[in-house]
Amino acid sequence: MTDTPIERIRNFAIIAHIDHGKSTLADRLIQSTGGLSDREMTNQVLDNMELERERGITIKAQTVRLSYRAKDGLLYALNLMDTPGHVDFAYEVSRSLAACEGSLLVVDASQGVEAQTLANVYQAIEANHEIVPILNKIDLPAAEPERVRQQIEDVIGIDASDAVMISAKTGLNIEGVLEALVTRLPAPRGDASAPLKALLVDSWYDPYLGVVILVRVKDGRLRRGQKIRMMSNGAVHHVEQVGVFSPKMIAVEDLAPGEMGYITAAIKTVADCNVGDTITDDRQPATTALPGFKPSVPVVWCGLYPTDADDFEKLRESLGRLRLNDASFHYDPETSAALGFGFRCGFLGLLHLEIIQERLSREFDLNLIATAPSVVYRVHRTSGVVEELHNPADMPDGSLIDHIEEPWIRATIMVPDDYLGAILTLCNERRGQQADLTYVGNRAMAVYRLPLNEVVFDFYDRLKSVSRGYASFDYQMDGYAESDLVRISIMVNGDPVDALSFIAHRAAAEGRGRAICGRLKDLIPRQLFKIAVQAAIGGRVIARETISALSKDVTAKCYGGDISRKRKLLEKQKEGKKRMRQFGRVEIPQSAFLAALKMDA
Amino acid sequence: MEPLALYVHWPFCLAKCPYCDFNSHVRDEIPQARFAAALRRELAFEARRLGRRPLASIFFGGGTPSLMAPETVAALIEDARALFDPLPDLEITLEANPTSVEAGRLALLRDAGVNRLSLGVQSLDDAALRALGRGHSAAEARAALEHARALFPRLSFDLIYARPGQTPAAWRAELAAALALAADHLSLYQLTIEPDTAFASRHARGEIVLPDADAAAALYALTGEMAAASGLAAYEVSNYARPGAESRHNLAYWRYGDYAGIGPGAHGRITLAGDAAATAVLATRRIRTPEAWAAAVERAGHGAVADVALAPGERAREMLLMGLRLAEGIDLARFVARSGVAFEAAVDHETLCAAEAAGYVSREGGRLRALPEGLLRLDALLAALVV
Ligand SMILES: Nc1nc2c(ncn2[C@@H]2O[C@H](COP(=O)(O)OP(=O)(O)O)[C@@H](O)[C@H]2O)c(=O)[nH]1
Ligand SMILES: C[S@@+](CC[C@H](N)C(=O)[O-])C[C@H]1O[C@@H](n2cnc3c(N)ncnc32)[C@H](O)[C@@H]1O
Ligand code: SF4
Repeated sequence: MTDTPIERIRNFAIIAHIDHGKSTLADRLIQSTGGLSDREMTNQVLDNMELERERGITIKAQTVRLSYRAKDGLLYALNLMDTPGHVDFAYEVSRSLAACEGSLLVVDASQGVEAQTLANVYQAIEANHEIVPILNKIDLPAAEPERVRQQIEDVIGIDASDAVMISAKTGLNIEGVLEALVTRLPAPRGDASAPLKALLVDSWYDPYLGVVILVRVKDGRLRRGQKIRMMSNGAVHHVEQVGVFSPKMIAVEDLAPGEMGYITAAIKTVADCNVGDTITDDRQPATTALPGFKPSVPVVWCGLYPTDADDFEKLRESLGRLRLNDASFHYDPETSAALGFGFRCGFLGLLHLEIIQERLSREFDLNLIATAPSVVYRVHRTSGVVEELHNPADMPDGSLIDHIEEPWIRATIMVPDDYLGAILTLCNERRGQQADLTYVGNRAMAVYRLPLNEVVFDFYDRLKSVSRGYASFDYQMDGYAESDLVRISIMVNGDPVDALSFIAHRAAAEGRGRAICGRLKDLIPRQLFKIAVQAAIGGRVIARETISALSKDVTAKCYGGDISRKRKLLEKQKEGKKRMRQFGRVEIPQSAFLAALKMDA
Repeated sequence: MEPLALYVHWPFCLAKCPYCDFNSHVRDEIPQARFAAALRRELAFEARRLGRRPLASIFFGGGTPSLMAPETVAALIEDARALFDPLPDLEITLEANPTSVEAGRLALLRDAGVNRLSLGVQSLDDAALRALGRGHSAAEARAALEHARALFPRLSFDLIYARPGQTPAAWRAELAAALALAADHLSLYQLTIEPDTAFASRHARGEIVLPDADAAAALYALTGEMAAASGLAAYEVSNYARPGAESRHNLAYWRYGDYAGIGPGAHGRITLAGDAAATAVLATRRIRTPEAWAAAVERAGHGAVADVALAPGERAREMLLMGLRLAEGIDLARFVARSGVAFEAAVDHETLCAAEAAGYVSREGGRLRALPEGLLRLDALLAALVV
């Protein structure tokens, strides 16, 4: 199976903006090279997690090995690497791309280049990829392949004169794509006799096989029975199975240089398999690792608490189970005065956070309170110590702080110019600094530096709403910078609710404090007693709202002598209350914790 | 020994009102003789286990007890007088519907021994009566009231307000008319949507929209003011009386006294003869379906489903639940004696202090009382206060 000579291997990724047809094209390629029978062909083979499917995104990298007899009469092995498309997983994308020599750049010919196209294509260029532009959906009457071809050249700056025009949906010119892969992409290079060097592209937990590792062999051979070593941590494992995806898993004896495939090695958790790591032979190790390895670092943190305190252990167990399959997410126990026992969890980005939260409630049936997401601040104490701050509640007293730095991003936004004004206003409101503004036809491309803190809550929602859904957005981390930040505490009846405190720029603090008090007033239902909601910086109250008491709540009608019914109602109510989170005497609904911090007016 | 309040349930009505969730049933023909016999038998059963004791009140409720044969009412009253020791001012109330048919029998019911009548007027507005699905007009109700006033020394009637679309001005006018007609007692209920009623499904479909909490609170305040101005004090959440004219029978419920309930679906709270402790409260409940109840009585002498001895905590909760509905509140000494629970152990201390500070309750003279502001939010208050 893997005796294909290295010059007849092509490793490639498909990069595209969401909905431009990446999955449809992948399916077509698999189908036309006979990887799966029609019966086995469920739609969109590669996105196989339920959640991924619903959201149309890929979280885990996956590969398919296609056998294609080209027009030159020779049989080629085409390894398709499906990469996560979302910015949260940018590092994973870069590792996937590092496993390939080329990329298909799929652009919807009726839409043109979008922000995500750009972000991904720049990564591919950085990975030294040969890029083959594909103009998809040319079956659509609205398709303007010539305009989009020109746009690719203008915006991305690559030659698109040989762009392959296809319809992934109808199957038009799939052959052209396959031929372009063979003729335009370089074959991988590698030395079969050198010590083993394989890139760990991804890993996941399979209930039957344990951890499955996706690899790309650079030098040497990866064999069944081999003792391998992870170069980042020195861990040694015994390879049990070696194989390729066709897309079904097929076991092989070994993987030669240039090949992609999988191994299993009785590894318990994916936390032991760092994406980007170099796998080598334990007895004959390589001296240098492949470049570019870095452990994944969460950029957004939030607290997760069980609504029912009794569910704490269940939450711990569920987080553990999720981590089995997703080493990029972190969790540590923490306690909150307001919420009790829970976990502070770190994510690669907001989408990642949402996915994990959704899986916890969907797959583990957990009712959770999520606190507002926070970025990681760097607090420089007057003592000279520098700390990373994941939780606004942990911010030291102002007198102990010399200065604080916050993370910034570089955001690329593409938008029809009708909406540009609204977008620029939004970016300015969020302390954005314009880095670039260019026009391509009637579309504008704005590049902004923005504090991540201003983006985490609802920037994306706002962007969509002010552009009626036409703006596309992508970003990358862009370092730290000092900033005048303050912590705003929220107090309910005079007691601080730590889970609601947040950090903001001083200039925006008062407005935001007022907005949050106003929002809490709407979110917290009227209760037995009137409730004071206040926002404060240090000891200074900057905003205040009062939620008046329930105006009337009494059973009018006496039930004759049937008191049992009323008593049982009361007892049930009490049981329910015990399971609710109480803050002093106030019940704050779960939804309030996230919703309160949304920033739009 | 606690004096006894006796409740007799008559489960039949001419038609089912769309808002009503009482144990009431419509039959082509009411089996008068069968139910008369069964009620008398069950009364005898109850008397045996209660033992001789003072009898303070009898209440014929329903359903529509004005549909009972007057002879049955007379027989039950006679039986009760014989089985217990009637207090000299024994209060005997009967609920009546103000249709012309029933109005004609009021004199006979008076002769049977009824000395207090409670008329289900519900509204003095014909359109509202139709909307409530009532089988009588406002004119019939007025006629029945006038007739009853001449017959009964004590007279009350019920109204339902805070109806869909009812404006404060409209209620003000209707209530003024009602107060002009009132004798010594009124029950004024805000319309409640009860589960499994015709109104409940119409409410769920959005066809019935009740006034919101603010509007309901305003109507309630208005009601209290107008009744007080006419000399009728709010002595319970929805009940208004001249001093001394309170329903003694209903006070027994609210004060958590002993009451026995006979008839289909009737509930009781009783201490049995020979049980020395005043705290041994038994919760009694009867089979709800009229015919099934009657068959059980014929077979076994009673139609009890299950009689359950209440735990101290349950008694304490029930006392708070009922007692705080009364303007007079709860006698704390009686609370401890009857529930067997120390007051401090029955309520959440912090909530109590906050409720006092907010002017919701007062603790004075050995009583805990809900003040008007607390009464207005009594359900929420109880949910927080009761442990
Ligand atoms: N008309 C037309 N629709 C297409 C074509 N390729 C994909 N689509 C449709 O575009 C939508 C998004 O495609 P999908 O492959 O899921 O995009 P992905 O998000 O990039 O994976 C789907 O409804 C496809 O059916 C094409 O060539 N022509
Ligand atoms: C046992 S009931 C009925 C007595 C009698 N059968 C009648 O309908 O006139 C006692 C009173 O409860 C009140 N009531 C019944 N259902 C109600 C509801 N859903 N909301 C408010 N009051 C109600 C009515 O005022 C009624 O007169
Ligand atoms: S007449 Fe009274 S008890 Fe009978 S259904 Fe109507 S409200 Fe209910």
